[in-house]
Amino acid sequence: MRHLMNPLDFSVDELDKLLDLANDIEKYPEKYAHACDGKKLATCFYEPSTRTRLSFEAAMLNLGGSVLGFSSADSSSAAKGESVSDTIRVISCYADICAIRHPKEGAALVASQKSLIPVINAGDGGHQHPTQTLTDLLTIRSLSGHLDNMTIGLCGDLKFGRTVHSLINALIRYPGIRFVLISPEELRIPSYIREDVLRANNIPFTEVERLEDAMPELNILYMTRVQKERFFNEEDYIRLKDFYVLTKSKMELAKKDMLVLHPLPRVNEISVEVDDDPRAAYFKQAQYGVYVRMALILTLLEINVE
Amino acid sequence: MLNISGIQEGFVLDHIQPGMSLQLYHDLKLDQLDCTVAIIKNAKSNKMGKKDILKVECPVESLDLDILGFIDHNITVNVIQDNSIVSKKELHLPKQVKNVIRCKNPRCITSIEQELDQIFVLTDAEKEIYRCKYCEEKYTNPNRR
Repeated sequence: MRHLMNPLDFSVDELDKLLDLANDIEKYPEKYAHACDGKKLATCFYEPSTRTRLSFEAAMLNLGGSVLGFSSADSSSAAKGESVSDTIRVISCYADICAIRHPKEGAALVASQKSLIPVINAGDGGHQHPTQTLTDLLTIRSLSGHLDNMTIGLCGDLKFGRTVHSLINALIRYPGIRFVLISPEELRIPSYIREDVLRANNIPFTEVERLEDAMPELNILYMTRVQKERFFNEEDYIRLKDFYVLTKSKMELAKKDMLVLHPLPRVNEISVEVDDDPRAAYFKQAQYGVYVRMALILTLLEINVE
Repeated sequence: MLNISGIQEGFVLDHIQPGMSLQLYHDLKLDQLDCTVAIIKNAKSNKMGKKDILKVECPVESLDLDILGFIDHNITVNVIQDNSIVSKKELHLPKQVKNVIRCKNPRCITSIEQELDQIFVLTDAEKEIYRCKYCEEKYTNPNRR
């Protein structure tokens, strides 16, 4: 039995197979419509996350399975003081696979150690969010045709943004990857990513503050939101929240085939006028999130569809 | 010169960094063993200038070498039988340690689920970096030489 805790749990070959499966699902959805008949997905969400939870539920329903679960710690037995280990043992009796989100880092790993069913980490605090990374990789590969030889601009909150850290770790496994790290001084990439990941693997990167300077060379622009909950000081948040706003005029500086990604929800960092630009891929990205979760459920349940 | 007699059976931990012997005494849980222990602080050392030494009279199996390797793998472990050194045990950085140090990350699951073992895994042997198995919080050995 296999779980997914970290995007690097899959080798590059395994990841290729998973993304191939997701693309096949996208192409022939009807072929998979009954692949999970009779199977149940438990969504154990100890903190609110409409987007990820609904994406998992849509994925299971698209496969013909059904879903059960809870969407906040208050409505689970955690409110009565039950441990994650005990909860997962019980859930193992009710469902065939489980997606868990928890505010504490490592909670999904604790669940996987006691679980009798595959566990998917649907986000553990600021630590890992592997299905977001799988979504990002599928979006890039599907829309640009490859995951190697490209310049990727990561823009916004590079300090606290776990999606950015995971994406860097996943992309450096492909040849010819170069990063442009675009952030204000206060939100620069942490030194453990700069030193232990980028420099240690000889990955070329530059750090800039102005988005306009970076735009012309990018193949992918990955925008992130400055998250209010990460700041202790509201003044700092207010000063930095609108540091970057991607507008139509800035898009004119970009390559004709550059893709704009965003894990969503966006606030002000992408102007709505950019939504109609064919290079805006963030809503397609949400759709790819469902395909990749369908592929993941099938893979972890070891269901082969001929 | 302080004179401490030899031991019949047990071990002598030599080349302990000066001032570290008392911490080692607690970390090795020697306070819980019913045996003779000599703690020698600031002994002269050609190699280190000053060093601490621990002499413990007890069966050597009662010593947890994993913990010792984690605390400081440069310590020399002399095994004593019939008043003489019969072997020297080499210490290595253990691949993981359980319930020796606690994760200090307030966002880690171990901060709210107290029954979980505190497990740290060796992720970089060269830099002696351990990380919490759950949240990957970094721990660098302060005794690293």
